[in-house]
Amino acid sequence: MAKTILAVDDSTSIRQMVSFTLKGAGYDVVEAVDGQDGLDKAKSKTINLVLTDQNMPKMDGLTLIKSLRGLPQYKTTPILMLTTEAGDDMKAKGKAAGATGLLVKPFDPQKLLDVVKKVIG
Amino acid sequence: MTVDMSQFYQVFFEEVAEHLNSMESLLLGLDVNAPSIDDLNAIFRAAHSIKGGAGTFGFNDMTSVTHVLETLLDKLRKEELALRSEMIDAFLEAGDVLKAQLDAHQNGGDVDEAIITAVCEKLEALSASQDTSAKPKKAKKKSQPAAATTAAICHHIEFTPDADAVLDNLFAELSNLGQLEIVENGADKSPPRWRLNLSSSASESELRETFAFFAQPDQVIFGPANLKLEEDDGYGFFTDVANPTEAANAAVEDEGFGFFTDIEPPPSEPAGFERSPGRRAADNPVADSVKMGRRDSDKVAVSPQSPDATTIRVNTDKVDLLINLVGELVITQAMLAQTSAHIDPVLHENLLNGMAQLERNTRDLQESVMSIRMMPISFVFSRFPRVVRDLASKLNKQIELKTVGEGTELDKGLIEKLADPLTHLVRNSLDHGIEMPDVRLAAGKDAKGTITLRAFHQGSNIVIEVSDNGAGLNRAKILSKAKERGLPVHDGMPDQEVWQLIFAPGFSTADVVTDVSGRGVGMDVVKRNIQEMGGQVEIRSESGHGSTIAIRLPLTLAILDGMSIAVGGQIFIIPLTFISESLQPRIEDIKSISGQGTVVQVRGAYLPLVALHKVFGIPKAISEPERGILVLLEADGKKVALFVDELVGQHQVVLKSLEANFRKVPHVSGATIMGDGRVAMILDVASLVRINQDLAMERQCA
Repeated sequence: MAKTILAVDDSTSIRQMVSFTLKGAGYDVVEAVDGQDGLDKAKSKTINLVLTDQNMPKMDGLTLIKSLRGLPQYKTTPILMLTTEAGDDMKAKGKAAGATGLLVKPFDPQKLLDVVKKVIG
Repeated sequence: MTVDMSQFYQVFFEEVAEHLNSMESLLLGLDVNAPSIDDLNAIFRAAHSIKGGAGTFGFNDMTSVTHVLETLLDKLRKEELALRSEMIDAFLEAGDVLKAQLDAHQNGGDVDEAIITAVCEKLEALSASQDTSAKPKKAKKKSQPAAATTAAICHHIEFTPDADAVLDNLFAELSNLGQLEIVENGADKSPPRWRLNLSSSASESELRETFAFFAQPDQVIFGPANLKLEEDDGYGFFTDVANPTEAANAAVEDEGFGFFTDIEPPPSEPAGFERSPGRRAADNPVADSVKMGRRDSDKVAVSPQSPDATTIRVNTDKVDLLINLVGELVITQAMLAQTSAHIDPVLHENLLNGMAQLERNTRDLQESVMSIRMMPISFVFSRFPRVVRDLASKLNKQIELKTVGEGTELDKGLIEKLADPLTHLVRNSLDHGIEMPDVRLAAGKDAKGTITLRAFHQGSNIVIEVSDNGAGLNRAKILSKAKERGLPVHDGMPDQEVWQLIFAPGFSTADVVTDVSGRGVGMDVVKRNIQEMGGQVEIRSESGHGSTIAIRLPLTLAILDGMSIAVGGQIFIIPLTFISESLQPRIEDIKSISGQGTVVQVRGAYLPLVALHKVFGIPKAISEPERGILVLLEADGKKVALFVDELVGQHQVVLKSLEANFRKVPHVSGATIMGDGRVAMILDVASLVRINQDLAMERQCA
């Protein structure tokens, strides 16, 4: 069965690009428009990998990651942050929140696929 | 796999336009002396989002502009710099540059490099200015990671805890000590065996103390420590993927807990995407305020975070097609209704009930489909705070802009066409209407003038008013200018007719032509634009108290209320908005003026009489006015009496373009399909009103 990836980003264009790329590689993709939406969708579906933006309305990426880590079914699910903030403090915060890794925007689709494949195959 | 990025461009362009609009409205709302951190955060995020998307989709010119913009905004939101009004100006300019760049990407063309450079330099200069308080922080920030890397020792730790040990706290503590990497995740193994890399300035003995809480000393084996530098490559963790080689080496084996690696980000970053040197670690209060800013920005009407979950973007062509189909349905329904009117209601009760229901459903369907094209007028109004701000400072006037009824909805097509005429009217009010502050004070008014934009529904029309509390139109000046230009005027003209003079082509009362207005091109164009939309322009003005220009538009372009009239057995439609009354004339009221056609006396006023059968050359029509009907039409402030055979009825008609399906026909603005399936022409009232003038002109010339 295809692995399901949750793509959380408030930017429609980026979300579509991520989703299109991953679907093209055979993954199932669930899209969410902000942290809260992402959390709701994660609760109702089985997700194998979470890709999340940081800067979003309603709930930011870090809060989403913390919330997901608080759920028993998402204790170990890989979570990647997709963010433009590549600074050390963002990495530290991401790490503290429980993120698996960080992909710096801008990234090209191939890079995204490489990373996703490394994480969930 | 290659992905064609261009398929996402359109969505990206729309997003950027939304971000830029919300950025501009937030900027204009900022109080220079006490800027709201929430607003600054929201503006920052808009710039940030544009930068992220532009980088991803390869619009590097936009990336570099948003980058300098973001750098300065970041300092402001972190209160490293105080907001100054020239910064707002610079931000607005940068917004303009971004709009131009966006337009260039969308529609082709180039943006003047010099302007881009100028804006970037301005922003950079502002960013560097007054920076003394921030500099030490920057220097500290810069040196910190460097110091950490050189002093940090990379400990290789092998760790075999008890199977039931809870390790979360251990990892948290280790993370506090330095940069922790999990090389081998032991969570699922039996016995659990972990391999960790920790780069930290802490010594081995300090680390042993930390482990002591969680494991026996013999469960922890320290490998040879070394200075942490490049060795992290290839240990299966994520690195900053901006560096391709590291990314390629990264192999993640641990799905267990998932930590970051903390390999220093590579010194080189993607082109046009260099990290802001001024960025420093955000502390928690700032992070909190970021969230607050988010919420706040959600309230903005055209916020960049529009609720995607509840809206969908649809190509307007699809909506137009839908509206067209519903229009056809309305016609078919009308046709059926007309046919079934002759059916015996006793024999066919069920059929007639069904017809009644069909009529209701069709009407509901039509209404809801039309509402899809409706947009709040705030889409036009939102541009004016900027226009007013820029012009007021250019003219050294103090002006407040008020908007009322921004939620009033009208057809999207009309909204787009309204922007230019409204801009013209607002500029006119600013330049000619509102007086200089000293003049206002001398006249006993507030030094600050007010321009009000108001929109409201009135029947099946929408009215948009631009009013100012300035000096009002100058009757004497307009009249003298009109005489100068040889227009047919006299001193006893009613105000309404005097005001209409400003719509004459080339008319201007400005003594000095400024680059703002006064060239006399415009008001006639405004009027023509509005009339092309099926609307009318009205002026009210009171000397010393200001003037109001009201634009009256039909709610939608696709359907209009019409009066059908018959001439020689043919049906024509007159848009209802132009009809003031209908009457049957007495023979003594009709007068012929030699060489100038026929006039009719209506309550003491003489109106030119236009016989429709003569205009279109229709045979077998009634030729004596007293046997027919006169429909009084009013457009452009002129009145004529249209002579027709009879009035047929009033109904809604679906507009079909005659030009698109046939060709342009004089005095006809379009066509519609009637209930019985016949095509009827819709009369172009504005041109019928001019018909006599044109004829008179020809005669004078002849």
